[in-house]
Amino acid sequence: MSKNKPEYLINRNDNQYEVVIGLEVHAQVTSDSKLFSTASTKFGAEPNTQVSLVDAAFPGMLPVINEYCVKQAIKTGIGLKAKINKRSVFDRKNYFYADLPQGYQISQFKDPIVGEGKVILDMPEGQKEIGIERLHLEQDAGKSIHDLDPKNTFVDLNRSGVALMEIVSKPDLRSPDEVSTYIKKLRSIMRYLGTCDGNMQEGSLRADVNVSVRTKGSKDLGTRCEIKNVNSIKFMQMAIDFEANRQVDLIEEGKSIDQETRLYDTKKNETRSMRSKEDAHDYRYFPDPDLLPLEVSDQFIEKLKTEIPELPDDKKKRFIDDFNLSPYEATILVSDFETSKYFEEVITKMGKNKDIKLAVNWITGELFAILNSKNLEISQSPISAKNLAILINLIKNGTISGKIAKTIFELMMDGDKDPQKIVEEKGLKQQSDPKALEALIDKIINDNREKAIEYKQGKEKLFGFFVGQAMKVSGGKANPQLINEILKKKL
Amino acid sequence: MSDITKQSLSSLIKNIKEKKLSSVEITKAFIDRSEKSNELNAYITEDYSSALDKAKKFDQKPNLDLKLPGIPIAVKDLFCTKNIRTTAGSKILDNFIPTYESTITQNIWNEGAILLGKLNCDEFAMGSSNETSFYGNVQNPIDKNLVPGGSSGGSASALAGQLTPITIGTDTGGSIRQPASFTGTVGLKPTYGSCSRYGIVAFASSLDQAGPMAQNVKDCALLQEIISTYDPKDSTSINFKRNEYSKDLTNNIKGKRIGIPKEYRVEDMPKEIEELWQKGIQFVKDCGAEIVDISLPHTSYALPTYYIVAPAEASSNLARYDGVKYGFRAMGENLIDMYEKTRSEGFGAEVQRRIMIGTYVLSSGYYDAYYLKAQKVRKLIKNDFDEAYKKVDAILTPSTPSSAFKIGEKKDDPVSMYLNDIFTVPVNLAGLPGISIPAGHDDKGYPLGLQIIGKAFDEQNILNIAYAMEEKIDFKNKISDWWIK
Repeated sequence: MSKNKPEYLINRNDNQYEVVIGLEVHAQVTSDSKLFSTASTKFGAEPNTQVSLVDAAFPGMLPVINEYCVKQAIKTGIGLKAKINKRSVFDRKNYFYADLPQGYQISQFKDPIVGEGKVILDMPEGQKEIGIERLHLEQDAGKSIHDLDPKNTFVDLNRSGVALMEIVSKPDLRSPDEVSTYIKKLRSIMRYLGTCDGNMQEGSLRADVNVSVRTKGSKDLGTRCEIKNVNSIKFMQMAIDFEANRQVDLIEEGKSIDQETRLYDTKKNETRSMRSKEDAHDYRYFPDPDLLPLEVSDQFIEKLKTEIPELPDDKKKRFIDDFNLSPYEATILVSDFETSKYFEEVITKMGKNKDIKLAVNWITGELFAILNSKNLEISQSPISAKNLAILINLIKNGTISGKIAKTIFELMMDGDKDPQKIVEEKGLKQQSDPKALEALIDKIINDNREKAIEYKQGKEKLFGFFVGQAMKVSGGKANPQLINEILKKKL
Repeated sequence: MSDITKQSLSSLIKNIKEKKLSSVEITKAFIDRSEKSNELNAYITEDYSSALDKAKKFDQKPNLDLKLPGIPIAVKDLFCTKNIRTTAGSKILDNFIPTYESTITQNIWNEGAILLGKLNCDEFAMGSSNETSFYGNVQNPIDKNLVPGGSSGGSASALAGQLTPITIGTDTGGSIRQPASFTGTVGLKPTYGSCSRYGIVAFASSLDQAGPMAQNVKDCALLQEIISTYDPKDSTSINFKRNEYSKDLTNNIKGKRIGIPKEYRVEDMPKEIEELWQKGIQFVKDCGAEIVDISLPHTSYALPTYYIVAPAEASSNLARYDGVKYGFRAMGENLIDMYEKTRSEGFGAEVQRRIMIGTYVLSSGYYDAYYLKAQKVRKLIKNDFDEAYKKVDAILTPSTPSSAFKIGEKKDDPVSMYLNDIFTVPVNLAGLPGISIPAGHDDKGYPLGLQIIGKAFDEQNILNIAYAMEEKIDFKNKISDWWIK
């Protein structure tokens, strides 16, 4: 495996430090209702409008497990190639907070629903496997709002009881880039599965980041610090970078690192101590007596396996094998389910005799560029896969030039127009009739006799001038390949 | 009218069905007697006027096919009742009015019953004498200044005092059977999972179970038949085939094998309890049942196990009473201060004691030694019963180690108070059904009860045995109406 990217190491006074990172990702389960109640989970509703008596912990209210959320967790486990535990237990994690109505969070402590698994990362230097320690189901808390009133805190319980999957990685990550790739891969897998929308802005995906450092080559783990609740990949990377350097500085100064929980300040780009190990909560975990242990049968799991779609790793392999794509191209196209879907639709609509390479270039080039500039998801693309396929076929069969195609592409964006129609309406069809082109070129040479002579005398740069003239006179429609050929012959 | 309140439930239903009595007449009679009985302090919240309205409504269009047609009933204040204050005997819920109805009470209203009011109980059902209630002591109709037992003390007092024809209580460690025993009434703790816990203020979730309390076994069977339903809203509710307990009731228990556990012959047990037990053994023999000596070797561990498991669950269940969402709130400087003041002022001493015990046994470093070990012992206690039931169909024991005691007698001695539950607690730990029936009096004339413990889901069997024994015992409760001026 060739390494074309240096390792992420921190150098201080001839010492080299390696960074060890483990992630606890909190992924909101895609589900219409909450983990233990029938209240809606829709994002953005008025505060406290999606709260059942269970979510607000009224006396005598009891949790009832949402089977759909269990299925979603198991599917995610299958996607992570993980062991599905046929028996898991819900525990109570006890602590007091204003936005935790029960005074405990229902979570899974000793017996999670999903055990060990793995995620494959495609790094520039090759593939890397990241171990998954476990995945468990738990309830989200509500939201405390401190900035609406100088004296009081407001509490919104809409989020209270929403199902989360906590996905704990092994400490296998070694750099901010790997963390970024890991999060993106995890998100991609869950989006393929439809188990988490991965929307970090809405808080559907957040992570606690465990960071420690050690001298390169060492096998022992250093003392770790946990950075709580970081909700963007960029901030995660910045927080890790800051935290790792902070720890290295401490070691270099001969000081020790305290195991503690830290917060990342996005404005100052620094981590700050939130609470030390001594102040850590004693959560008094114990099995929730309101819920029986969760038991699932082999058939239940097997049935879910049949509902698992082709996942990014398999799709990538197929794209490489069937479409002859490079691993790099395949990785880009499968990283997002909607992109892969769009790509495959284009390929299908192109019919026989298709130029897949050209399709890849158009999707990852022109299409991605306009999506980026307009800040759109591919599912919101102004140009349908069908019409892009037609456009690419028009290039492939020589009806239009690549340059004209770009003009047409711009026009297509307005209401997803059929490129064929644009070609006809605007008369943009490429001129590929050799006789007509010869006549056109004869005229150009005739009009520019002096330049033709200069060219013949060796001023080869002038060839470009003649091509340009031909394109200009033809209104850009002349087939550039033919122009080249004819010009060479005539000059 | 006073003879109306003396009637059993079955007799009231018969009179309503034969149109000899109206719902209004019956309801008025119980309200009238309840109003004269304030000294018992059995009620926390009365709902008399709306009870009368409901009775009138019932009489206008009586549906006599229902099982409790127009029958007024007061219930323990641990059951959430829609739009009626529900306090759980605690200051912290003094102003709490639920917007929902517990499954158990809903089942009762669905059969035509009418709510009279909410009955006093120990705070969050934590107590054996009703002395921990924020709403004060409850008097036992048997004698002045005598506790009615607890935690369903108000229910037992109201039932024995004829303020309600039947009632429901909850039983976590004996809270139905012990007060039934102390007041000369019948109380059934059903199998865990038989009666829905939905809408019942939780004490210890893995032990709590609602159950019927009645003047006699037949009424008890009828009420059990009504309240026991499978409820998907309670994940621990069990979907098993439920009998029509009153219809299937029989006094034929010939050939039934009744176990007598030697470990229940505890030290310092009063002679009269031992004699009562022997009398009970003779009665079941007379009914044609067979007596088998059995052993439940882990019995002595039941009480310490219970006093780890129950407080542990309670400490977590009661965390929701924090002054944030509903109930009592004491203002504080900040959130933590508000929590501390709210919970210090809102909870009584016994509840605070159990929250502290529970918090301690769940703490890291102590969890394995206490909570985990208690769960293991609990399993052993259950195994004891499983083994015993290979040889016997039911088990006969005293309900309590003594008769009712005086108010204040044990208030400052929690351990002695806890010992009162020594015969009832193992049944909760094993999740089994148990029924207490009045079986005699001690030399002070106070009632004494016997307990019949059944196999899981075998309520019918212990009701049958109780029914057969009831006939032989021919118990008469001695109620002098001392509190009515």
